[in-house]
Amino acid sequence: MAQATVTSTAARIPGGRRKRKLKRHGFAGFVFTLPFMVLFVALFIAPLIYALYLSLYREQLVGGNAFVGLDNYTEGLKDKAFTDGVKRVALFMVVQVPIMLILALAFALIIDSGKVVFAKLYRVGFFVPYAVPTVIAALMWGFLYGKDFGPFADLANKLGTTPPNFLGESTMLWSIANVSTWTFTGYNMIIFYAALRAIPAELYEAAAVDGAGAFRTALYIKLPLLRPAILLCTIFSVIGSFQLFAEPRVFYDLAPQVIGKSYTPNLYVYNLAFADQRLNYAAALSFMLGLVVFVVSFVVMRISSRQEARS
Amino acid sequence: MSVPTVAPDVGAPTKARTRRRALAQRKPGSSGGMVFPTIFMLAFLVYFLMPLFWLVVASTKSLDDLFDSFGLWFADFNLVDNIKDVFKQDDGVFVDWLRNTFMYSIVSAVGAALLAAAAGYGFAKFAFRGKNLMFWFVLGSVMVPTTALAIPTYLMFAKLGFTNNPLAVILPSLVSPFGIYLMRIYAEAAVPSDLIEAARIDGANEFLIFRKIAFRLLTPGFVTVLLFNFVATWNNYFLPLVMLSEPKWYPLTVGLQQWNSQATAGGGATSAFNIVITGSLISIIPLILAFVFLQRYWQSGLGSGGVKG
Repeated sequence: MAQATVTSTAARIPGGRRKRKLKRHGFAGFVFTLPFMVLFVALFIAPLIYALYLSLYREQLVGGNAFVGLDNYTEGLKDKAFTDGVKRVALFMVVQVPIMLILALAFALIIDSGKVVFAKLYRVGFFVPYAVPTVIAALMWGFLYGKDFGPFADLANKLGTTPPNFLGESTMLWSIANVSTWTFTGYNMIIFYAALRAIPAELYEAAAVDGAGAFRTALYIKLPLLRPAILLCTIFSVIGSFQLFAEPRVFYDLAPQVIGKSYTPNLYVYNLAFADQRLNYAAALSFMLGLVVFVVSFVVMRISSRQEARS
Repeated sequence: MSVPTVAPDVGAPTKARTRRRALAQRKPGSSGGMVFPTIFMLAFLVYFLMPLFWLVVASTKSLDDLFDSFGLWFADFNLVDNIKDVFKQDDGVFVDWLRNTFMYSIVSAVGAALLAAAAGYGFAKFAFRGKNLMFWFVLGSVMVPTTALAIPTYLMFAKLGFTNNPLAVILPSLVSPFGIYLMRIYAEAAVPSDLIEAARIDGANEFLIFRKIAFRLLTPGFVTVLLFNFVATWNNYFLPLVMLSEPKWYPLTVGLQQWNSQATAGGGATSAFNIVITGSLISIIPLILAFVFLQRYWQSGLGSGGVKG
C-alpha cells in the first residue's frame, strides 16, 4: 500500500500541536458524522441484531415462538439445499472472479500502454454493460440463450445442427458466470485503468532507461503498483459471487427444474422467507451467509497482505 | 494507511500524464506491435456490445418477427408501436415504474452523498472520542453483503409495519459505507487543514466552514459517490423485491422481471415479449447516457478507492 502512495505527505498532521487543535474542535467532527451514524445504527446494525435475535427462535405449531438456541444454525449446517448452494457459489467464485479480473487487467494494461487504436472506444464500450441492471442483463442473455429467438439458436438451425442448451444442468452456472462477466468486467477495468493513470511518469522513464519493454514494464512496474486496486476488486467480486440472486431468479422462469428453490444461498433464503414463511430459519441462514462472506473476504485480505510483506 | 493522490485530480491531464502519453506513443515497433492487441480488443468489443445491439434490433420488431427473423438483423420497423404498447400495458404502470426508479435513485443518491460528504469530512479532519472505533465498524460493514442485509431489514420493517412504501427502499439505500470510506480518503487529500484553521481564525463556525469552503473542495468526490449510489439504486433488484408488494411502487427492475415471468409462463407467440424487450431498452437508456457523458467522474472516483486499497 505504501508503494502506491505517490505523493503528498503535506496533508499529514505534522505533530502534537496540530493534533491538539483538532481535538479542540472534535465535537463538531462528531456532529458531522452523526446523521450517517444514526442511520447506520438504525438500518445496518439494528436489522442485524434483530435477525440474530430472530434466528434463535422457532415458530411452533402450538404455543408460538420458542427459544431454541443455535438449533436453526445446526439445521443450516446439515441442510443440503443450503450447503450445496454455498458450494455452488464458491465454485462460481473460484472460476469466474479470476477470469473476469484477469481480463479486466489485460484490457486496462493494453489501453494504458497506448498500443491500440480506438483506445477510448474500448474504454467506453467495455464499461457500458455496467449501466445495465443485472436483472435486465440476465433477461437479455436469457433471450440470447433461448431456443425461440436467440441468435445462437438461429445460427445452429441454419447450419442444421441442434442448438446448444445454455440453461441445462451442466451449463447453467457458466451461463450465469457469463452474464456476470459481461456486466462487471468493464467496471473492474475502469478501476484498474484509473489506478494505472496515477502512476507517475518518472517510474516509466527509469524503466525505459534500463531498457525495459512494454511487457516487462507492465509486469515489474505496473502490476505491483496495482495491488491495492486488485485487492479491492477481488473483495467486491467475492462478495458479489456469494450474493448471486437476480440471474438465477430470472433463469428460473426459463429452466425451473435446473434452478429449483435453492440454486444459490440467497435464492434459498428468499424462498424460505417469502414462499415458506420460515422467517426464523431464513434469518439464521442470511446470518450464516454473511459470516461466510466475511470470513472469505478476510482470508483474501490476509493472503494479500502476506504476499505484500514477502515481496 | 497513506494519503491517496489521484483523488482531487479531476480536471485536465497533468503535465506528468501528458508527458507519459508522449512517451508511450514514442515507443518503438508501434505499428507491428499494435495488430494483435487491437484484434484482441476488437473481438471483446463485439462481445460487450453484441447483446446491446441485439436489444436495439429486437425492440424494433413485432412479436411475429421476433420469432421468425434472424436475431441480429432488422425486420419490419415496429419500434414506435412497441413503445406505445409498453406504455399502454397494465393501464400504463410502466410510467409509475419509470417515475419510481428516478425518484428512488435521485433521493437515495443525493441523500447518501450528502451524508457521506459530511461524515467523511468529520472522520478526516477532526479528532474525537470513539472516532476510530466508529470508522472501523463502518469499514467492516463494507464486507456485509447487501442482500444478506436485505432480509433482516425486511423482517425488521415488517415487524414495524413499514413495508410496501417508497421509504422502505430509500432509507436503506441512504446507508453507503463505501461512500463514507471514499469521502474520508477524498477529504483527507482535498481539504487542507491550514485552510480550515485560517477560516477558524477569521471567526467562521464549523458548519459555515463546511458549507462554504470544504464542500466546494469536496464536490468532485461528492459527485462520484452520488453517481455510484444512483447506479446502485437504479440497478437494485433484491431490496425493492422484498420490500414492495404493490406494482404501483415497483422500480423498473422488479416490474420488468415480473412482466418477463408472465410472458414466459404464457409461452408461445401470444406473450408480450416485445413489450419486455422494448421496456428493457427504455430502462437502460438514461444510465447509458449518464455513463458516456460523465466518464471522467467515474474514473477519478474509482481511482481514489483503488489506490488506497
